[in-house]
Amino acid sequence: MVLAAESQLRLDANWVDYLLVAIYFAVVLGIGLMARRSVSTSLDFFLSGRSLPAWVTGLAFIAANLGAVEIMGMSANGAQFGIPTVHYFWVGAVPAMLFLGIVMMPFYYGSKVRSVPEFMRRRFGTGAHLVNALSFAIAQLLIAGINLFLLAKIVNILLGLNLYVSLVVAAIVVLSYITLGGLSAAIYNEVLQFFVIVAALLPLTLVGLHKVGGYGGLKDKITSAGDGPAQLSSWPGTNLTGIESEVLSVIGIVFGLGFVLSFGYWTTNFVEVQRAMASSSISAAQRSPIIGSFPKMFVPFLVIFPGMIAAVAVSEVADAKASADPNFDYNNSLLYLIRDLLPNGMLGIAIAGLLASFMAGMAANVSAFNTVFSYDLWETYVVKDRTDDYYLRVGRIATVGATVVAIGTALFAQNYQNIMNYLQTLFGFFNAPLFATFILGMFWKRMSATAGWAGLVSGTAGAVLVAVLSEDALGPMSIGVIGLAGQGASFVAAGVAFVVDIVVSIVVTMVTPPRVESELRGLVWSLTPKEDFHDADEGRLAWYQQPTKLATISGVMVVALNIIFW
Amino acid sequence: MAGSKPTERRRAGLFDIRVIIAGLLGVYGVILVLTGLLGTDNDVDNATNINLLGGGLMIVVSVAFFLWARIRPIVVPAEAEAGEERGASEA
Repeated sequence: MVLAAESQLRLDANWVDYLLVAIYFAVVLGIGLMARRSVSTSLDFFLSGRSLPAWVTGLAFIAANLGAVEIMGMSANGAQFGIPTVHYFWVGAVPAMLFLGIVMMPFYYGSKVRSVPEFMRRRFGTGAHLVNALSFAIAQLLIAGINLFLLAKIVNILLGLNLYVSLVVAAIVVLSYITLGGLSAAIYNEVLQFFVIVAALLPLTLVGLHKVGGYGGLKDKITSAGDGPAQLSSWPGTNLTGIESEVLSVIGIVFGLGFVLSFGYWTTNFVEVQRAMASSSISAAQRSPIIGSFPKMFVPFLVIFPGMIAAVAVSEVADAKASADPNFDYNNSLLYLIRDLLPNGMLGIAIAGLLASFMAGMAANVSAFNTVFSYDLWETYVVKDRTDDYYLRVGRIATVGATVVAIGTALFAQNYQNIMNYLQTLFGFFNAPLFATFILGMFWKRMSATAGWAGLVSGTAGAVLVAVLSEDALGPMSIGVIGLAGQGASFVAAGVAFVVDIVVSIVVTMVTPPRVESELRGLVWSLTPKEDFHDADEGRLAWYQQPTKLATISGVMVVALNIIFW
Repeated sequence: MAGSKPTERRRAGLFDIRVIIAGLLGVYGVILVLTGLLGTDNDVDNATNINLLGGGLMIVVSVAFFLWARIRPIVVPAEAEAGEERGASEA
């Protein structure tokens, strides 16, 4: 069954396609070599010398998230659930990105910390810092390995190249450009990847829409395949959440996905925030996620629509959906569509785009890992007070180490894919309470250091508990005491993490001593002079460079999109 | 080639990401247009010649990026020795 599906997916690539892929690899490595010349300090290596323009960091901001896991996963959701998948973008990403830009970025950038865990350390001290830095670093290694494994698997399925060969080759490519050029190379390649993936997906979507007779034709075909209303309107999205009640489903999407999960991810995940931190000024750092929100709100048309088209136009996907085949892997929907619709030439662009997004995903994980490892773990706890050169070297060695571990993780994932899925879910739970701790810590000066780590640990424990009690969130480890499954279970787990974190933080703060106020400048709103949060020349910015105006435009647009696809 | 040569510095020009984007999309565009004109091997449903169309679009985007980089070149601040990429266009 699985083997049959895989041999059906072998693409008919010819030398033109391979040439296009080869050109891409050459450019990627070239960027690494060129970026090397601009790396002379550790800040250059880890944060691009804080010198990149906002449109570059803005595109990198979403490209780091637009890995192939996201592309294939979201088109799979599109094939399976249809339009409600847009909530992952319009509710589950854009609002949090705008919030990050307007409210939180001034803290991150203005306090001159070099990583999100470092902010945690300055605000709450060692306990919270260790919880955050360690869980983040380990999670990045894990995800890098998963990205690497999936990349090798795709290459194996699509092109027939040996799994181990593609694994090692991909790892070496990523390793060489990051060790050479650091974050600049990673960011430049992410921006490039963004354009290549759009160049692949936009024609695919247009040709696909043309084939099914436009959006009207697509709607007709989905309706005649059954389940039309649920698949074609975004609310209440009961098929996506797995929550039967319409009211609870909407609440789950708005609070679980839109508030807790997405704010936890977008505002505290260093993989994302690091891109904005590489900007050249506070207002540029603020603009990065806001500029990123514009392409982000249109990504659904390039990933969900191909999934929906595949569900009616590709016989394998349509059959599986009609017969509700539980063994069918919807993640392959996009690949089937590529196989059916793209001629040689465009096919090469699509392969290059997919490979690029896997590599960019892994590179984002590795470049965030080496920063946290070098600054937050090595410099803070192991070997202190050495020269900057020393930490730059540590960063390069950490990159090599991370890549080797990622290869090991990928080999492990090959044999124990389920375990990897559960581990990934588990690490997701470390993210859930982070936002609560950060936002409370930024605006409540009384919050104590003990409350910092106590809130994080108990919030995470709360989420894990819900997952264990649910029906399937952690696979065989879930015991099914409460009737929650699928996305609904993870929404509730995240919500519980948030509430527990807030409650525990408040209670613990009441019985522990607060931090000395003079140490909290730049870290807590009420204790920071307002000019710390603004550039000196902010008054001279044009309207399109002002974060609040841009964010307002983005907000209005995303509300409009929500209404159009109601 | 890069066009942007702020007097004393030659580095910033070639390593402007806009030039790299323009270059890659330009090469891709030309290859696709040629493939579109010459026809392809595999037998996908070819109602539209997507190679020709997509390739043409990529060339247009490529030219746009090249012009942008040309019209608003990166200005390297005199004091910034290592941190070179100060985008005059946006930052």
